[in-house]
Amino acid sequence: MRDYALFIPEYIACGVALLIIAIELFAPKVRKDTLAYLTALGALAWFAAGLAFLDRDPKSYQGLFLSDDFTSFFRLLAAGIVFVVALMSAEFLKRHKGVDHGEFYGLLLVAGSAMTVMAGATELLTAYLALEVLSFSLYILVGILKRDLRSNEASLKYILLGAFSSALFLYGLSLVYGTAGTTSYAGIAEAYASRDSGLDPAVVVGLMLILAGVGFKVSAAPFHMWAPDAYEGAPLPITAFLSTLSKAAGFALILRLFSSAFVTDAETWRWAFLALAALTMTVGNLIAIQQKNLKRLVAYSSIGQVGYMLISIAALGYGDAQVGINATSGLLVHLVGYIVTTLALFSALTAAVNRTGSEEIAGLRGLAETQPFLALVITASLFSFAGLPFFAGFATKLFLLQGATTDETIWVVALAVLNSFISLYYYLMVIRQMYLFDPVGDASRYRVQPVLWGLAAVLLVGILFIGMYPGPAFEFSEQAARPLFDAASAAAAARVQAP
Amino acid sequence: MTFDEGQGYVVLATIAVPLLAALILVFTPGSQKMAVRYISAVTGAILAALSIYIFTAYQVDGDQAQMNLRWTWVENTAFLGENGIALRLAVDGISALLALLTGVVAFAGALASWKIEYRNKDFYILYWILLAGVFGTFFAYDLFFFFFFYELAVMPLYLLIGVWGSTRKEYGAAKLTLMLVGGSVLIWIGIFAVFHQANIGTFDLPSLWAAGQNGAISPTAQKVIFPLMAVGCGVLAALWPFHTWSPDGHMSAPTAVSMVHAGVLMKLGAFGIIRLGIQLLPEGAEFWMPALMVLGTIGAVYGATAALTQRDFKLISGYSSVSHMGYVLMGLATMNTIGITGAVLQMFSHGVMTALVFLMIGALYDQAHTRDMKEFGGLAKVMPLWVIFYAIAGLANVGLPGFSGFTAEFHIFVGTFRTYPVFGALAIFAAALAAAYMLRMFATVFFGPTNPHWKDLKDLTPIERLSGAMLIASIVIMGVWWAPFTDRVGHTVTLLPGVTG
Repeated sequence: MRDYALFIPEYIACGVALLIIAIELFAPKVRKDTLAYLTALGALAWFAAGLAFLDRDPKSYQGLFLSDDFTSFFRLLAAGIVFVVALMSAEFLKRHKGVDHGEFYGLLLVAGSAMTVMAGATELLTAYLALEVLSFSLYILVGILKRDLRSNEASLKYILLGAFSSALFLYGLSLVYGTAGTTSYAGIAEAYASRDSGLDPAVVVGLMLILAGVGFKVSAAPFHMWAPDAYEGAPLPITAFLSTLSKAAGFALILRLFSSAFVTDAETWRWAFLALAALTMTVGNLIAIQQKNLKRLVAYSSIGQVGYMLISIAALGYGDAQVGINATSGLLVHLVGYIVTTLALFSALTAAVNRTGSEEIAGLRGLAETQPFLALVITASLFSFAGLPFFAGFATKLFLLQGATTDETIWVVALAVLNSFISLYYYLMVIRQMYLFDPVGDASRYRVQPVLWGLAAVLLVGILFIGMYPGPAFEFSEQAARPLFDAASAAAAARVQAP
Repeated sequence: MTFDEGQGYVVLATIAVPLLAALILVFTPGSQKMAVRYISAVTGAILAALSIYIFTAYQVDGDQAQMNLRWTWVENTAFLGENGIALRLAVDGISALLALLTGVVAFAGALASWKIEYRNKDFYILYWILLAGVFGTFFAYDLFFFFFFYELAVMPLYLLIGVWGSTRKEYGAAKLTLMLVGGSVLIWIGIFAVFHQANIGTFDLPSLWAAGQNGAISPTAQKVIFPLMAVGCGVLAALWPFHTWSPDGHMSAPTAVSMVHAGVLMKLGAFGIIRLGIQLLPEGAEFWMPALMVLGTIGAVYGATAALTQRDFKLISGYSSVSHMGYVLMGLATMNTIGITGAVLQMFSHGVMTALVFLMIGALYDQAHTRDMKEFGGLAKVMPLWVIFYAIAGLANVGLPGFSGFTAEFHIFVGTFRTYPVFGALAIFAAALAAAYMLRMFATVFFGPTNPHWKDLKDLTPIERLSGAMLIASIVIMGVWWAPFTDRVGHTVTLLPGVTG
């Protein structure tokens, strides 16, 4: 029996996407921000439908897609991100001519749906297709400012490198299929657990290629080269979208894939993730120091954040299911904190850039005088990234690192803490511009568009709430992390019983 | 939330009141500068009253941890047990005294900032957040919240110094923040290691202390982790050679921030060494304390020597703080009751004394716009009250009997001579140097020929008098009647692990 009902939330999302594109097609004169609010409404409906899937028993669609709390977690995140980015874009795109709004908003929803499927995929090709749907949506979104040369360049770079990484990923998948004889995650785990001979070199190569492919998607060093350029060239709301949704989707895929299909070969990949984590956080933070452009700074700082998150993936490979749950729930709660923080930062930046038109760090000069509220939101976001108390990052980074601490990973955890320290330096450089200097020329106080103001305020409250009372976010993340390991232990038990 | 003996709310109030004040200020229009000042003055008065109450209500013959409060925050999750993380607050003899210090200095500092005109609302918001952090750190009985409040106390400094400071303020602010956060990084790594080693799934400090004492945190691990904690906290306590932020930071900071910073914040560092070092890692403490003794002594002598060569008032006080915090570290390193008691008393004594010094420097700088000692002379004729106040601070600084400095330093020297006679002798040498730089200051600034350029300087304003008088009262009370102070501190110190009679 094919359970089509499992995709009801995505039907809503994609339906609204089609509707929006149709509206622009048939009623080209419609006010463009109507489309944005329609997208936001669609995201809300999608979110509400997603809520109904919480706390249900896991259900599989033909062994391709699994609907459980883990999938629901990412579905809700995706809907939330699309909601915020749509509202952010409403104000931002007013100033840009030549943008096809229908496609812009439609693709946001499609990309979000792709993320849900990436989280729920239990089969390699499903995962690959979802990944490609996400990537193609992003290729277009990054280049949507057609008349902006930087946007064009960014999109081209992103497509070329993305295609390259897709090829690596696909080649890895085919090696895995060749050695395991199946594309289903559970089947792969079973095949690898029951093989007689030792580790096949083809498996090692396959795993490393897959790792490179997903490493590219989450922009882990040394596969991060595209990120700063794509971030810089993309419209500001899409930069926010890239650094939240695309990363979260990458981690959703990695988590499910490596905790189920490749769990037997943990010894092979865990060191690679550990090395990737150490390299990524160090590269990201050290290069961030030299940046003058805000978007590039955020790009490198988010690369640093990915480095911290990768420790959790490495920790999955060390030890038992308990460590796995600890590490995964730490990673999920950090993702929530990171996403809320990033969106808050970008809401405020969008409002500031709408006014000043400058995307340089120096463009924020004297913001504390001209628009104290935006300066406050930006400061809170940056402090949250750095992991200072009162802000989301303090609690979530603590859970992330604490959950990933094992005897083998503690040195990387120490490195991560050192890196947080480095990151504080360049965050302070931004805060310095806003608070220690007077605005240039005769800049005076200005008002922020109500939508952006409200968005920034709500997200600021979110940062503070998670920072001061992380219990609910943490319990939610743990609930989402559990199915991954229940399934794994059930599969392990099944294998033991089989003759 | 559970309260014990109905007193826990008093402790919570010390954190809630400044945060509430900050919140009220957020919604006060920035143009209402007088309203901002009055709100802050009232907040300061409430905090002073609360801290005096906590100090006097502390039962010397009662339990170790009094006025408990516990509010569960996160528990029963993947890696946290049923104790998990809780906002757990309590008062022991050491924190009772340090809270008193904080309350008095906070009030005095709020009054000292009366003259700030530039964005005074923002200044006070940050100031009260900082103080909430300080109180929280002193009362925290949970490792997570200890660090939380510790960071909360350090972070506002960047803006407080960077925006309202003077003399290379950006450099001072950045250097100070980065060095202090660098120290926090070490503490943070230490916390991860402790949590992982103890493996009891809780951040509850008493449980972790027990783990440290019954060997659940292995002696080897303790020896590895202790330097992280000691150096991490030591940075804030101006432990030599990590003290270099201190003179620069103090020179750049505005008056009230210097007062709170030198007066209270540096004590957080030394307090951290007690909480996270001696109490949490007793084996590590025993192993490393001789090293801390060496560094503390170098700091004491070096700070005094450097102070002798400075001309800027604030630099003199900055280096003298390094020297006095060196005594504190020496006292802690003795690991005997009298030495550690002396160290805690010295934290209090240096706190009020140095706050008074910075208050006086601020009062002068506001009018003269210079702090170069060589430019002044004969101020005793122009500003007699200022000179008297400053002289009291100076005499307390050199440890004259009848002032708090004597009580504290006497205890430290006795403790040091018991275990490390050579270092005791060096410390007394440093005290002699302190007398030298203070007397030099008396001679050149207070007396000597009057510089006519300064004949129009005004003496202390009523608000400055009130602020200074509170600090002087604390100095004198502890100097002449120290039993209430030593009783409370001793009550706790004798029960610290690894401390000998």
